[in-house]
Amino acid sequence: MEHYMMNLTLKVWRQKNANDKGGFESYPVKNISSEMSFLEMIDVLNEELIRDGKDPIAFDHDCREGICGACSMYINGRPHGPWEQNTTCQLHMRAYKDGDTITIEPWRANAFPVIKDLVVDRSAFDRIIQAGGYISVNTGNAVDANAMPVEKDKADAAFAAAACIGCGACVAACKNSSALLFVSAKVSHLALLPQGSPERKSRALNMVAQMDKEGFGACTNTGACEAVCPKGISITNIARLNAEFSLAALVSQ
Amino acid sequence: MLDSKIPAGPLEQKWVDYKGHVKLVNPANKRKLEVIVVGTGLAGASAAAALGELGYKVKAFCFQDSPRRAHSIAAQGGINAAKNYQNDGDSVFRLFYDTVKGGDYRAREANVHRLAEVSVNIIDQCVAQGVPFAREYGGLLNNRSFGGTQVKRTFYAAGQTGQQLLIGAYQAMERQVALGNVEMFSRHEMLDVVMVDGKARGIICRNLVNGELERHFGHAVLLCTGGYGNVFYLSTNAMGSNVTAAWKAHKKGAFFGNPCFTQIHPTCIPVSGDHQSKLTLMSESLRNDGRIWVPKKKDDTRKANDIPEEERDYYLERRYPAFGNLVPRDVASRAAKERCDAGYGVGTTKQAVYLDFKYNLINKYGKTEAGKLGIENPDTETLIRLGKEVVKEEYGNLFDMYEKITGENPYEVPMRIYPAVHYTMGGLWVDYELMTNVKGLYCLGEANFSDHGANRLGASALMQGLADGYFVIPYTIGNYLADEIATKPIPTTHEAFVQTEKAVADRINTLMNIKGKQTVESFHKRLGKIMWEKCGMARNAQGLQEAITEIQQLKKEFWSDVRIPGGIAEMNPELDKAGRVADFIELGELMCKDALNRNESCGGHFREESQTEEGEAKRDDVNFAYVAAWEYKGESNWELHKENLEFEVAKPTQRSYK
Ligand SMILES: Cc1cc2nc3c(=O)[nH]c(=O)nc-3n(C[C@H](O)[C@H](O)[C@H](O)COP(=O)(O)OP(=O)(O)OC[C@H]3O[C@@H](n4cnc5c(N)ncnc54)[C@H](O)[C@@H]3O)c2cc1C
Ligand code: SF4
Ligand code: FES
Repeated sequence: MEHYMMNLTLKVWRQKNANDKGGFESYPVKNISSEMSFLEMIDVLNEELIRDGKDPIAFDHDCREGICGACSMYINGRPHGPWEQNTTCQLHMRAYKDGDTITIEPWRANAFPVIKDLVVDRSAFDRIIQAGGYISVNTGNAVDANAMPVEKDKADAAFAAAACIGCGACVAACKNSSALLFVSAKVSHLALLPQGSPERKSRALNMVAQMDKEGFGACTNTGACEAVCPKGISITNIARLNAEFSLAALVSQ
Repeated sequence: MLDSKIPAGPLEQKWVDYKGHVKLVNPANKRKLEVIVVGTGLAGASAAAALGELGYKVKAFCFQDSPRRAHSIAAQGGINAAKNYQNDGDSVFRLFYDTVKGGDYRAREANVHRLAEVSVNIIDQCVAQGVPFAREYGGLLNNRSFGGTQVKRTFYAAGQTGQQLLIGAYQAMERQVALGNVEMFSRHEMLDVVMVDGKARGIICRNLVNGELERHFGHAVLLCTGGYGNVFYLSTNAMGSNVTAAWKAHKKGAFFGNPCFTQIHPTCIPVSGDHQSKLTLMSESLRNDGRIWVPKKKDDTRKANDIPEEERDYYLERRYPAFGNLVPRDVASRAAKERCDAGYGVGTTKQAVYLDFKYNLINKYGKTEAGKLGIENPDTETLIRLGKEVVKEEYGNLFDMYEKITGENPYEVPMRIYPAVHYTMGGLWVDYELMTNVKGLYCLGEANFSDHGANRLGASALMQGLADGYFVIPYTIGNYLADEIATKPIPTTHEAFVQTEKAVADRINTLMNIKGKQTVESFHKRLGKIMWEKCGMARNAQGLQEAITEIQQLKKEFWSDVRIPGGIAEMNPELDKAGRVADFIELGELMCKDALNRNESCGGHFREESQTEEGEAKRDDVNFAYVAAWEYKGESNWELHKENLEFEVAKPTQRSYK
């Protein structure tokens, strides 16, 4: 692949802490190679800021392989930037050309308060899992793994839903800040498997209740979540969740 | 002094007997006992979940914003288990034997046998939790092969096995959080162990959101903090992976076992430039279907697809006909280095070899699919199209990842790959019960030294992490805690907590007050360069001695000239990183010292002075059949303790994959 160099302007959201009002700062960055990843470009800027005696930009990241779900930048109005089915850390500078201006913000949602700069608090997702995102089986209780065959198409569909990395891009993209794509992915993953079946009803009810309690908004079917999801989680999962939920709500009345 | 506490009796009876006789803690007493689990990767999350289920009061810690993001999430290829579902001759014994041999006879037989025994329970447990492993059309579980074995015993979930296993363990742990048995502290970094009367009784950690130091008591402390591959700066590990927790424990008396045993993985995406922050693995499972080659001609500048079949050197198949592309990692890595050093490397940097899928796309998958569909005499194009669909299902995410990083489509052109630092077999020394030589301080998962000897076989780290957490520690910890039921929780106002916290605070202040000129990152890069060049894929006495001097110099420079922006009482990622790099520098020195001491080649540790005429690693069982356990004695000063390794069942032979 041919590579090229570019100069860019970054407009980055800076916020000292949760109580600070925050605002945009502009930074020129020079000699960026098209082979760099987006986060490596931020690394370059941060090294410069430190050398100039300024505070570097704080952002979440860890694996830099698109799997841990830590990275979370809202780039030019789109979570994780312009590429389809991609995380911020896997975005590469080939996506940009010399002279571009790039605006970078944190996820914005009431349930994801900003901690510093581009870092937000996504612990609400952990609490939603605590509400029922599991199969209740203690260690040592299991039968032989092949005792319960699972139809391949169901297993594949469960796997596709389980691919969610819990990044929160779906929430950031949604005008209502709904977490329904995330919740439905987990409910589908477990409901599609025979092992998950006994707890289907309580799981759907409890996870949705927790989601509401955390302050995520309602789903109005705009599909913005699916469009930005780095793992291609499909909104058909939301339909499945709604079905699970109605069934459970009916029974619990 | 080093008592590995291996139970007596025949190998296959040891664990059974141990479990039959180990001390137990009754349910009422378990509720009074507090356990600290540092790290919530596969080892930590599974331990926290299992101990919570048993009724212990668990506190778990991780530095990421959620336990679901531990580095284990990135594991791609699979997890081994001796299920023999394929009826291809696998057994507990064979998994044990492969692992000991793969580790080049530098692992403890008893631990490895136990690992092989519990491997089957792991798969059962994970499936019960809803881990969506790959399945066959009949609905049963599927397997693939990994390096260093001749059976298919690896369970997988496309190229996302670690993710699915970790989510399983994470969910099991979150269930215990909901039940009130586990308390989770995310964005917390452990910075020291608190010792009371010679026993580990708690930790000091820093809340990474507001910078405050916290004290936490535990009757026992478990370190499940992962590997230290990032000492090389560039590795396939996550950016935050570090040695700090293990290193603090080491400085509090825990011995460090075989620190120089590092695994260099043969198939990673090559370095593209100075900006590089990490390296990306292309799973070993790809060697099931990809063939590795370089041009037969030196400095061949033709494109890969323009080089005809007869001008390609499939050097692994040539040198190791029995295992071919599936030789163990250390062997494959050295062979790639050998070809590149000899001038046959490919790509702009010439530091790469090809991993080519075309042959199997057509011959293995394409033809099978065509057969299934009843297409007679399919043309190559059809075969490639059909083959692609299967490969997509098996590894799709890896192919996408490759394309995003390099901009090249690996379905069309061969991948370019090169070895990179991937895993550390070394770690804190532990006995059979996974306890370090410090009482009450345990170490699980990649952070300990225990099961992989000098080289880990693919798909065995996930197995070890979950074995340690789900099936070993729940038994062995009882043996210690049974004698602690009378110990009341020690208030964190105790002098030991106060003193330890003060020492941690002082160090942070010292770091912040250096106010030098060079960034933390620049020091880390320099350390990595020294380590890679002198303590990397090939090592020799002179280089190692130089490295030690250079690292000592780097350490002085770091402590007088590092610049850390920001303040202490706030979120400050540069400060977090500075503490970790300071520890890596000290570890780097010990690794070189260990590598210098071990004047033999074994597994991933290749001493140029010790090789066969054909350039293969030459072990020296007479002088080095031991675990090197290093005791910290003060700055740049360590004492070596040896645990001799006895091989009663798997008798050492020169490893051969020919
Ligand atoms: C890219 C890649 C692919 C791999 N693929 C495979 C594979 O296919 N099969 C296989 O068997 N193995 C594979 N491995 C190896 C395997 O993933 C790891 O060895 C294993 O997951 C380690 O698990 P762990 O629980 O020991 O540590 P980790 O998962 O690294 O977890 C460490 C935990 O400790 C915490 N921690 C660390 N330090 C501190 C501190 N000071 N304070 C508080 N918390 C701390 C972290 O937050 C984290 O929760 C792969 C490794 C890599 C890098
Ligand atoms: S559903 Fe997609 S966007 Fe939402 S958290 Fe999961 S992976 Fe991220
Ligand atoms: S850093 Fe892990 S997904 Fe981006």
